[in-house]
Amino acid sequence: MSFLDVLYFIIPSAIFYASPLIFTAIGGVFSERSGVVNIGLEGLMVMGAFIGILFNLMFVDTFGSLTPWFALIAAMLVSGLFSVMHAVASISFRANQTISGVAINLLGVAIALFSVKMIYGKGQTDYIQERFIRFDIPLLSDIPIIGPMFFKDVYSTSILAVGVAVLAWFVIYKTPFGLRLRAVGEHPMAADTMGVNVTKMRYIAVILSGALAGIGGAVYAQSISGEFSHSTINGQGFMALAAMIFGKWHPLGALGAAIFFGFAQALSIVGGQIPYVDQVPPYFLHILPYVLTILAVAGFIGKANAPKASGIPYIKGKR
Amino acid sequence: MDYVIEMLGIRKEFGSFVANDNITLQLKKGEIHALLGENGAGKSTLMNVLFGLYQPEAGEIKVKGKTVQITDPNVANKLGIGMVHQHFMLVENFTVTENIILGNELTKAGIINIKEAAKKIQKLSEMYGLDVDPNAKIEDISVGMQQRVEILKTLYRGADILIFDEPTASLTPQEIHELIQIMKRLIKEGKSIILITHKLKEIMDVSDRVTVIRKGEGIGTVITAETNPNELASLMVGRQVEFKTIKGEANPTVDALIIKDLVVTDYRGIEKVKGLNLTVRKGEILGIAGIDGNGQSELIEAITGLRKSKKGSITINGQDVTNKKPRKVTEAGVGHIPQDRHKHGLVLDFPIGHNIALQTYYLDPISKNGIMNYGKVSELAQKIIKEFDVRTQGEHTPARALSGGNQQKAIIGREVTRNPELLIAALPTRGLDVGAIEFIHQRLIEQRDKGKAVLLLSFELDEVMNVSDRIAVIYDGQIVDTLLPKETSEQELGLLMAGQRKNENDKKQGETVHVE
Amino acid sequence: MSNRVVNILVPVISVILGLLVGAIVMLVSGYDPVKGYLALWNGIFGDAYAIGETIRQITPYILAGLAVAFAFRTGLFNIGVEGQLIVGWFAAAYVGITFDLPMYIHLPLAIIAAAVAGGLWAFIPGLLKAKLQVHEVIVTIMMNYIALHTTNVLIKIVSDGGDNTGTIKETASLKSAFFESITDYSRLHNGIFIALAMVLLMWFILEKTTMGYELKSVGFNQHASQYAGMNVQKNIILSMVISGAFAGLAGAMEALGTFQYAATKGGFTGIGFDGIAVALLGANTPLGVIFGAVLFGSLKYGALNMPNEAGIPVEIVSIVVAIIIFFVACGYVIRYFLEKMNKKKEAK
Repeated sequence: MSFLDVLYFIIPSAIFYASPLIFTAIGGVFSERSGVVNIGLEGLMVMGAFIGILFNLMFVDTFGSLTPWFALIAAMLVSGLFSVMHAVASISFRANQTISGVAINLLGVAIALFSVKMIYGKGQTDYIQERFIRFDIPLLSDIPIIGPMFFKDVYSTSILAVGVAVLAWFVIYKTPFGLRLRAVGEHPMAADTMGVNVTKMRYIAVILSGALAGIGGAVYAQSISGEFSHSTINGQGFMALAAMIFGKWHPLGALGAAIFFGFAQALSIVGGQIPYVDQVPPYFLHILPYVLTILAVAGFIGKANAPKASGIPYIKGKR
Repeated sequence: MDYVIEMLGIRKEFGSFVANDNITLQLKKGEIHALLGENGAGKSTLMNVLFGLYQPEAGEIKVKGKTVQITDPNVANKLGIGMVHQHFMLVENFTVTENIILGNELTKAGIINIKEAAKKIQKLSEMYGLDVDPNAKIEDISVGMQQRVEILKTLYRGADILIFDEPTASLTPQEIHELIQIMKRLIKEGKSIILITHKLKEIMDVSDRVTVIRKGEGIGTVITAETNPNELASLMVGRQVEFKTIKGEANPTVDALIIKDLVVTDYRGIEKVKGLNLTVRKGEILGIAGIDGNGQSELIEAITGLRKSKKGSITINGQDVTNKKPRKVTEAGVGHIPQDRHKHGLVLDFPIGHNIALQTYYLDPISKNGIMNYGKVSELAQKIIKEFDVRTQGEHTPARALSGGNQQKAIIGREVTRNPELLIAALPTRGLDVGAIEFIHQRLIEQRDKGKAVLLLSFELDEVMNVSDRIAVIYDGQIVDTLLPKETSEQELGLLMAGQRKNENDKKQGETVHVE
Repeated sequence: MSNRVVNILVPVISVILGLLVGAIVMLVSGYDPVKGYLALWNGIFGDAYAIGETIRQITPYILAGLAVAFAFRTGLFNIGVEGQLIVGWFAAAYVGITFDLPMYIHLPLAIIAAAVAGGLWAFIPGLLKAKLQVHEVIVTIMMNYIALHTTNVLIKIVSDGGDNTGTIKETASLKSAFFESITDYSRLHNGIFIALAMVLLMWFILEKTTMGYELKSVGFNQHASQYAGMNVQKNIILSMVISGAFAGLAGAMEALGTFQYAATKGGFTGIGFDGIAVALLGANTPLGVIFGAVLFGSLKYGALNMPNEAGIPVEIVSIVVAIIIFFVACGYVIRYFLEKMNKKKEAK
């Protein structure tokens, strides 16, 4: 395999492994930028994956080839709703946001598995018929060298993921909503004195994070695994959190980091077919994303500066 | 009378504490009106009522003749009232423009029109002589420019009435001068200003009238041109008849604490102690008088090892303790009653008995081979509770449940029983009732009579005058003068604390200053 | 209403609310909650075997709860108990299969190995927190995954490409013939004594030693502790290491007691995460941890009976556990309502 062949092989894999991470990481960016730590992204992804598969299996006859997309919407709505729990606990009840997040994780997994067993009588669902399909982007895939790398055999959800990341960047840095969001996460009291409703902003941000994590989970389930069981989502939510930190809470940074983690995941699965890489024991490839996360959080890979007010409940009138 | 703001008979309570008691303040259009008072007098509270952050229990507020209810800052903004906060409300990693337009953004098709906004701000800044760089990040600009951004925030929202809360607290003398020019310019452009401050020089320089508050009560309003710093100082500190502490003469001996050329920066890197020299001898109580924010906290933290000093030296009992860890300082013979008893003095969730052991828990007989002898802790706790009259249900009561006074007595008991050669008491009677205050003063004098050195830091002038054998006045990070209590007066101290030097005042008034 | 009473009421109310929500979920899903909870009860107390297995289940829960609680007392979130448990499991099993020693050396050695492994695994997040103020939550979660992969690889190596270390030698086993005889051959083993001993140890460390005094002080107020001359960094690391050691011991329970081997895992055991629930419910005290472990251990084991007897998936109990954690986390609200009720009473 030539070097180019390797790239043609690995980059598309990296991108589609990265897409679920991208959605979820962007969700994390919104939440944390507003000052609410959301460890529960894993549970929200699980919920999204479950709803995605469930919807797909139930309504495939109604929607045909468009089913996966409607499933995405369903997943988005349910996970968004689920995240309201975390929002209420963290914002209105001033609960410890980490513990609330852990509870959401456990709850998401429990509810999803409970429902699967209840509906299907076994520990995993059937395989879905309609998955997301891969296609070549016309014109762009004909560009020499980079064409086959980035624009061939692409999942539409991957394009959507990148689009969402870019849109998020735009919203956060170019719109009034984004300015206020960032202010609320850095200095809620200042925002309050300028008339910004801190509580409302934080609720919106957390629900957004739930919705996006739901999409991420549903994308993963419908493009990579094809069914739902206890091992469908296994740490991707935390990886997305890591991508967010690695990307310094910036949507485009998170995008890059997620692709990097997707790359690491892809390596661990298909690495055995690549010269040189097949010499590396798979163990190191498996733990690579996690070690990277620790290094990123510890600041060894650039300084990690969370939004200043992250994790601290805002109590109005406290001076 | 053309009043733009009238605050009539304002009463503000926090629980049983009355912060503002029937205060009246009237702001004329186009004037700079100073609000003068000591720490804790109630100035900031009154202005927070005006700005809508607090609601008064009684009283009326009129804006331009109409009675209004200011329920939150948005309402205040709409009425044309803007506040330039003492602690800036600025998002550090936003630009100047972003901070100013936050909540009120200029948009074009949903996108923030940063360029237009920056232009507008540029115009505004030129109009009022407020030099700012609209594209600079807050974390990169000077404190002076940050303050101008705070001012621009109010002007951008169309404020006619500006409240400045202790605006010169963190400014250099040059920046203070610039600020005064800015305020005069604002008046010229038709604004009215309320200036909260304790600095007499600035009041004389820039204000038209002064309202004085003392301990929550309005003392009166005077016209600046018809008064002078002496009178203002005396109005500010008042002539309280607190009982004089009974004490004998001091017999100071050797130096216990020697501080040379000390420079200490705060957590932001700003110098708070700027080359300070101080000596405390055994057998005397040295009181440091000064208004909060002049470097006292940083000084104490540096001495006790809680903060690093940039330059200079600290010697205690002949030992160099500069930049040594807290335990080393303690073992050099220092006892410390910390300024913030809840942060540094006590572990509130520990029983009071365990707190009493905080400094000695690791020593024999309390600790042997890694095992705690809680029996000995109990002994020590009971002894101190009895001796120092700590009112508590028992030594097992969590420290949190004790009143401030009793918490403080426990801390003093703990420190004094260790027999330190140097006892540092920082704001020891803050928030305490008269009985506890008297008790604590007695204990400090007792230490001094035993031949120990006592360093007393206080914001209460009468406390400093009653208790100290010598008084050192701190202003702007340096000791500006050291006096004997019987050779000075509260007025003189008030002047020194507010930055007025004796000789300067002579020059200004052109007459001899009588010292009572 | 005294603070102590409120402190006990909050967990109790959370449990009641959790069980209520569980009942609602069952109802909504078309199951019979009464039948369900009855099946749960029978799963725990139904017969000698059930009781034996329940106590066996409680054993690692006690240790996992101790691990989380100990860390909480020093202001640290050890979400990495799961990973520390897994490495402890492997370490114990490894010592169990490798050495040929008399029992009075072999067994303690295996147990110590588990504690050391767990302690080392927790040392890294502790160090990062103490020196670099890195938040331990993400680091410990990542260490969980690394632990999973690492032990899987090590098991493969040790078993020459297989997925099981093989049964440990008898001299390292916690099996108890006595317990087997009175509980109808359940897997209840001597580890329960170790777990209870560790409860005593945690109590001893915290309540009787100078180290405990410092650890608690640092956990409550770092500033005052610093002023009192304590080495805050050292105490943070120490707390994590001790916490990790407890977690490692939980792994030893599984290696040397329940299973007698270590096998590759496709996912987490869940004990580590449930340990968080145990600690929270037990208000991070040694005695409370026992109660929490008894509750959650029973729930976890009893749930296994629910599919058989009532046709309800075991995950219903996971839902209940998660809801309980959620309510405990929102304790502030429960406290608020309690205080409001109190005020109404006093006003009358």
